[in-house]
Amino acid sequence: MPLFEVFVRPRRGLQHQHAGSLRAEDAELALQYAREIYTRRREGVSLWVVRSSDITASQEDDAPMFFDPADGKPYRDATFYELPSKVRGL
Amino acid sequence: MVDAADALRDAQSRFEQRLTRDERVEPKDWMPDGYRRTLIRQISQHAHSEVIGMQPEGSWITRAPSLERKLILLAKVQDEGGHGLYLYGAAETLGASRDDMIDALHEGRAKYSSIFNYPALTWADIGAIGWLVDSAAIVNQIPLQRCSYGPYARAMVRICKEESFHQRQGYDIMLTLARGTAAQKAMAQDALNRWWWPTLMMFGPPDAESDHNSESFAWKIKRYGNDELRQKFIDQAVPQAEVLDLTIPDPELAWDEASGHYRIGPIDWDEFRRVVAGDGPCNRQRLAHHRRVREDGAWVREAVEAHADKTRARGLRARVGTGSR
Repeated sequence: MPLFEVFVRPRRGLQHQHAGSLRAEDAELALQYAREIYTRRREGVSLWVVRSSDITASQEDDAPMFFDPADGKPYRDATFYELPSKVRGL
Repeated sequence: MVDAADALRDAQSRFEQRLTRDERVEPKDWMPDGYRRTLIRQISQHAHSEVIGMQPEGSWITRAPSLERKLILLAKVQDEGGHGLYLYGAAETLGASRDDMIDALHEGRAKYSSIFNYPALTWADIGAIGWLVDSAAIVNQIPLQRCSYGPYARAMVRICKEESFHQRQGYDIMLTLARGTAAQKAMAQDALNRWWWPTLMMFGPPDAESDHNSESFAWKIKRYGNDELRQKFIDQAVPQAEVLDLTIPDPELAWDEASGHYRIGPIDWDEFRRVVAGDGPCNRQRLAHHRRVREDGAWVREAVEAHADKTRARGLRARVGTGSR
């Protein structure tokens, strides 16, 4: 039985978020199971199920190559720039 | 037939109720064709503005006055490209195709913000663009974070967060120049002189003359009028110019005690219409550059496709992301 990843939209306007996974015979049933497993307490208003094998994920080993270039760039944050105390609205 | 008509009526009323309750519309929800068309037009033009907006600033990357300023400017221009991609992605959830959107831009059926048809003549222009143009963009975009279409609203949340760096780095450049030598301060003043009025035009014509207004309000795509947003920007920018000790190039600018707002002199709407119609200082150059880059890059897109096809045919996967997590 294939594995599915379950995504729940907590409420309208928010994005779907990963909730967990489950096994199911097919996507339709995965949706039914997801409803039972992940939304018993009004956790959301919409569900997505995606076959886990359809997800391409970055690997642990790739992390430095993927994410290190973002290090050492504090100038990408607004707080990097000091403003005179009188300035408002920036 | 009756059933189909009933179903449509139901869908319409669900859509209306959603708007009334201030809920977001999502890609798989039923929506009127006009709503979809309006959003595709607005989001794609917004995306084009981000991408075309890379040009005036990009021209200064090689000429930034220090390595730090160069890194900052690179990061900013890269962000603008990223914003364009968030927005093209949001338009694509409505069924728009990237090629169609780009064709519309190239054929003049889709516009981009008129502000990017002005040249960045000096380094101070990079300061003025960040401070004024990005501030104006933020004033426009903050209400769009609550736009009725979910994917657009969520893209705006990301974009606004990143824009605050853009605005600050611009003001930081202006501050450095304004506190520098007399020549540097004059350069900052000159940039303010040239960018002030075109920035005010970014909010679009006065509400009374604006084309697409009433439906956009009813659909909660737009929540504030052009004049109201323009005023909000002016009220922020004038005191910021005072801190810089620079002069807003408007002899009629005055504080109006009664309303609690700054009043400005008349905006030259003829200039605005001329620039929108294609006759600004850089319109042809901007589009020609966009076209050329797209054509020059065609072989890269083809090569990537060919590589993906070949990899698929061999049953291989790319090195990155081999399945399990």
